[in-house]
Amino acid sequence: MLDWRSTAHLCMALVALLAAGLVLPGWANFLLVIALSKGLAALGLVVLLRSGLLSFGQGLFYCAGGYGAGLLMLWGGISDAALLVGGGGLFALLIGVATGPLVAGYRKIFFATLTLALSMLVHGALTKADFLGGTDGLNLRAPTFFGWRAGSAGENVYALYAFASILAVALAGLCRAHFGSVRGLLSLGVRDNEIRIEYLGTSVRRVVFENFVIAAFLAGIGGAINALALSHIDPELAFWTTSGEFVFVAILAGQASVVAVFAASVLLEVVRSWSSQYFPNAWQLTLGVFMLAVILFLPNGVGALLRRRSRPSVEADAK
Amino acid sequence: MTPILEVKSLSKTFGSVTAAADINVSVKVGERVGLIGTNGAGKTTFVNMVTGYIKPDRGTILLQGRDITGQSPRYITRAGVCRSFQIPQLFLGLTAEENLVVAIGIATGRALAPHASPDAPDTRGAVEDLLSRFRLGEYRHRVVSELPGGVRKLLDIAVAVTRKPKLLLLDEPTSGVASEQKFALMDIVMEALPDDVTVLFVEHDMDIVSRYSDRVLAFYDGRIISDAHPSVVLSDPQVKSYITGAAN
Repeated sequence: MLDWRSTAHLCMALVALLAAGLVLPGWANFLLVIALSKGLAALGLVVLLRSGLLSFGQGLFYCAGGYGAGLLMLWGGISDAALLVGGGGLFALLIGVATGPLVAGYRKIFFATLTLALSMLVHGALTKADFLGGTDGLNLRAPTFFGWRAGSAGENVYALYAFASILAVALAGLCRAHFGSVRGLLSLGVRDNEIRIEYLGTSVRRVVFENFVIAAFLAGIGGAINALALSHIDPELAFWTTSGEFVFVAILAGQASVVAVFAASVLLEVVRSWSSQYFPNAWQLTLGVFMLAVILFLPNGVGALLRRRSRPSVEADAK
Repeated sequence: MTPILEVKSLSKTFGSVTAAADINVSVKVGERVGLIGTNGAGKTTFVNMVTGYIKPDRGTILLQGRDITGQSPRYITRAGVCRSFQIPQLFLGLTAEENLVVAIGIATGRALAPHASPDAPDTRGAVEDLLSRFRLGEYRHRVVSELPGGVRKLLDIAVAVTRKPKLLLLDEPTSGVASEQKFALMDIVMEALPDDVTVLFVEHDMDIVSRYSDRVLAFYDGRIISDAHPSVVLSDPQVKSYITGAAN
């Protein structure tokens, strides 16, 4: 369980996010929704990284969440955002359960390559599936929020932003509690020494499988939010560059803090938007320089910075 | 009374090398057995076969009459056989205390619950008990990668006993430990273990073997060439000739 201090921090973060959305322009709210959705997928990646595994195919579950939500809306006639996002997350989770036993036996580059291969298989299949819109994808309608429909585009963006913020804070809190639990330590144990885990009497495969499914669910929720924000789904969600973004966010964030994952995601979106506006022909170059700077000067990620800042107060408490 | 461990006709070869040749051993509950032999004599292979790390080519391994031959390490651990390693197998990025929390969590099943707290009273109590019994209290907050070799050895054994084993196998518990600290380490280990735990330990130091074992199995070329009380085994001419190198 979360201690009262972490719970208070999360509540304050949520209030700050909701208040910020009221004063920020619509484009900024939209950018933050996208950043939160990608942050959730990257958070799943951090769950895997803590057990020593890096997935290059997290886009598969991001895509599954998006298509799950989109098809629930288009074929199921459901318009409520909570049901759509929940359905998208559940669909991604089921795909995680189906593919998990296959990947749980692999490690290192083999795990990364296998997850990448799975996501590219899905990408390839979706581009050929005309009934799912092929390469063009499908357009979605604006969702409702517990029966309420936004009167304008601006209202809709804020409503989705608020919804995404609540979900992101709640899931970040759950992940924080998970990381601090015995089960969270077990994941670190798997990362450090699989032999000892087996000789203590539990299954490393089971731990990896469970973490893979958690990561799939988080990416699915993120993908569903992304689909509702863009009102569009297409196979690019499963393309390797999408998965690469999640890897970058996870590296930028580090494994020390769940807040850092969302901070890193926002930072990446801001840099990308800024560079594409001011250097439209060279925004990839700007992004590349930014990535290089992070790897060179912040190898442990933004989370390490946050932890370093918070350490003096912890020491003061100890005294 | 059924022996805790009964090994019948156990054999294992690696290519042309015979690591175990028709080994037959029966160990009683509560015995402290030292395994001696030169490098390559088959001691660690024996330990590895009993704990499921290596599958034997032939033979049977019975734990209190239950056949565990060729089972996985996980199955054998759950059956009540735990082990430490010559090179301690710990979670290097975690503190000594966290290593014990993980081990206790696995032993109690709490590690697989989604949000079980490491500060739960029963977990905390078990951690404190182990830290005290193995004299690891002062190292509790130190990351394992920063711990001295002897402390790692102790922690490896403490982690292994979290499951309250019936049979504990220690692979060279004092290797890499300064000679003046070996007896202190073994004193801590033997005092920390309940009397009903059967211990088999691989050891090269004959003073340690004499002092801490009730019985010694001397391995040579994949076979047991002597099996008796330490004083008998260590004065056996074959053992002197092939293993200890002592003058007859």
